[in-house]
Amino acid sequence: MTDGTPPSEPDRASGPAGDAADRGAPGAPAAPAAGARTRVSGGFGRYLLKHVAGAAVSLLLVLFSSFFIFRLIAGDPIDQLTRERPVSPEQRAAMRAELGLDQPMWKQFWDYITGTLTMDLGDSFQYRRPIFDLIVERLPATLLLSGTGMVLAVLLGFWIGARAGWRQGSRFDRGQVATGLLLYSAPTFWLGMIVILVFARYLGLFPVNGMRSPSTPPDFWSQAVDIGHHLVLPVLTYTAVVYAGYLMIMRSSVLDELGGDYLTTARAKGLRDDEVRRRHAVPNALLPTVTLVFLALGSVVNGSIVTETVFSWPGLGSLFVQSIFYPDRPVLQALFVLFSASTILAVLCAEILYWFIDPRIRRTG
Amino acid sequence: MTLLEFEDLRVTYTGSRGRIPAVRGVDLAVDAGEILGIAGESGCGKSTLAMAVLRLLPRSAEVTGRILLDGEDLLTMGWGRLRAVRWTGASIVFQGAMHSLNAVHRVGRQVAEPILVHGEASPAKAAARAEELLERVGLPPSRARSYPHELSGGQRQRVMIAMALACDPDLIIADEATTALDVMVQAQVLELLTGLVAERGVGMVMISHDLSVLSAVCGTAAVMYAGRIVERGPAHEVFAQARHPYSAALGAAFPVIGDPASRGRPGGLAGDPPDPARLPEGCSFRPRCAVAVERCGSESPELVAVQGAERSSACFVAQEGGPVVL
Repeated sequence: MTDGTPPSEPDRASGPAGDAADRGAPGAPAAPAAGARTRVSGGFGRYLLKHVAGAAVSLLLVLFSSFFIFRLIAGDPIDQLTRERPVSPEQRAAMRAELGLDQPMWKQFWDYITGTLTMDLGDSFQYRRPIFDLIVERLPATLLLSGTGMVLAVLLGFWIGARAGWRQGSRFDRGQVATGLLLYSAPTFWLGMIVILVFARYLGLFPVNGMRSPSTPPDFWSQAVDIGHHLVLPVLTYTAVVYAGYLMIMRSSVLDELGGDYLTTARAKGLRDDEVRRRHAVPNALLPTVTLVFLALGSVVNGSIVTETVFSWPGLGSLFVQSIFYPDRPVLQALFVLFSASTILAVLCAEILYWFIDPRIRRTG
Repeated sequence: MTLLEFEDLRVTYTGSRGRIPAVRGVDLAVDAGEILGIAGESGCGKSTLAMAVLRLLPRSAEVTGRILLDGEDLLTMGWGRLRAVRWTGASIVFQGAMHSLNAVHRVGRQVAEPILVHGEASPAKAAARAEELLERVGLPPSRARSYPHELSGGQRQRVMIAMALACDPDLIIADEATTALDVMVQAQVLELLTGLVAERGVGMVMISHDLSVLSAVCGTAAVMYAGRIVERGPAHEVFAQARHPYSAALGAAFPVIGDPASRGRPGGLAGDPPDPARLPEGCSFRPRCAVAVERCGSESPELVAVQGAERSSACFVAQEGGPVVL
């Protein structure tokens, strides 16, 4: 199980790898990215409409499947919620009524759909609080961790990848590819534990887990420094695992450009080798990576489930894992929809952006 | 005055098939204000020769001999000096302007780039100069803000020419600069190039497989075959009255307009140029040659003067005054 989106495998880019529930989502959100770019004639309006409609259909399918999947795999919630405790049939009935499980299936389904569409996600079984509030509370922590990690991974991966591809087969290239792939194939939980062991336990440089220490003064700067201090190790782990994907993509994109005649033109003009790379090769190589960056942005919401768990980071990922063990079906349902929706939205943004950066789409539709 | 001189230039690629000689001892000279045409089939080493001038060949190419530009040997100069000479001393109009321009930069920026790289003007002045150059090649200055894909093939080729003029080079190498263009545009571009030579006194090397273009434009022409110059002389003479069977065959491959006899049966030349990795013994043209004699199979002919100092041919038959066509 790897954190985040493995960028080298586009068909898995629709959700968190290893997230069993998400793989079952029909209308895989990544599909429009691959298929839709060659068709459609007409203007931007039509192009936009087509892709928005596609995204809406994907989202509806996710909404439907989320309702059924968690009912199929979770069993009777009352059994699970009351296990180890003696309960009378009356108590069970009361619980059922309280959780809204005594309603007929179609009524539950209807409430779920209308509720989700109006942002009323129901209450969590384990916290007995509105799920919406839970998500709002935990979202910033997740965005901070995987957002920072993702940005670092993209920058680092692209930076190294461009240089490695430019000097294909050099010692730098071979060394970086080997290091990157080694980290990429390391299990996140294992790497996380090694990182904790070395930097937190032996060297004592950083806290072991959590997002803030209880003893920190409540003023803004002390809190910010404390959170930053806690953030280092999870971000390090997260970035180390995912950056190789971006490295490999950028490297192969640069390799595709290497034979380009325009690079010979640039050299003939008297540019230095690094200027040829920076000004000419890299801008061209970046073009095909745009979708990738957007897919990455989409998975910022769900991208760090394992890292959050290892470091007890109070974000959506650890909420998801807790809810699986509880099991807290409404929370799972809501997070599944949220994770999928963010990916679908990111793909939609990438499609729209392509209209502006790739002129061939404008011409052929 | 001699502007560019090749002295025994040899280019050898080292690849998986061993050492492949692409250019095998070329001696040529171009004067300022002169256009030298180089003709030949694909794969005969024309473009390798062009790329060798600014040392743009891949690392796997071994270049020996001398390439003198204004008396300075390009092959031995340091990288810093070479970068300074690139585009200011000699520039290239590449073939295939679609791929030779950078797709993600506006053409104005690409034209202005060498001016900035060589520190010849401020960014604002370079941009203004780029617009001037575009106007000069017959494009509206507003085209500076276009991307290459927004231009037609002819317009892109003009942009390439404007770019080649950016740093006022002494020498311009046009590598199949008009090959991909339709005849009307080709005529315009040729006129533009010859006009430049006439008014600014630059030297030009024009590489093409189109003899009609070369004979119309060039003063001197050289015909290349399998990495060697096989015939050299005043352009119209070389193509009207070839002194090498290969140039004769090249000329015959183009139908002569107005000559009913050539209609419908342009003469061709059977076979392909030899694989440079496995050149035949003796004269490399012998396997395709109709007039070969016994000596051609064992000895390789040198390029020597025939019919006076201006013409030279690397053909034993021509050197002995025999006819090169049957």
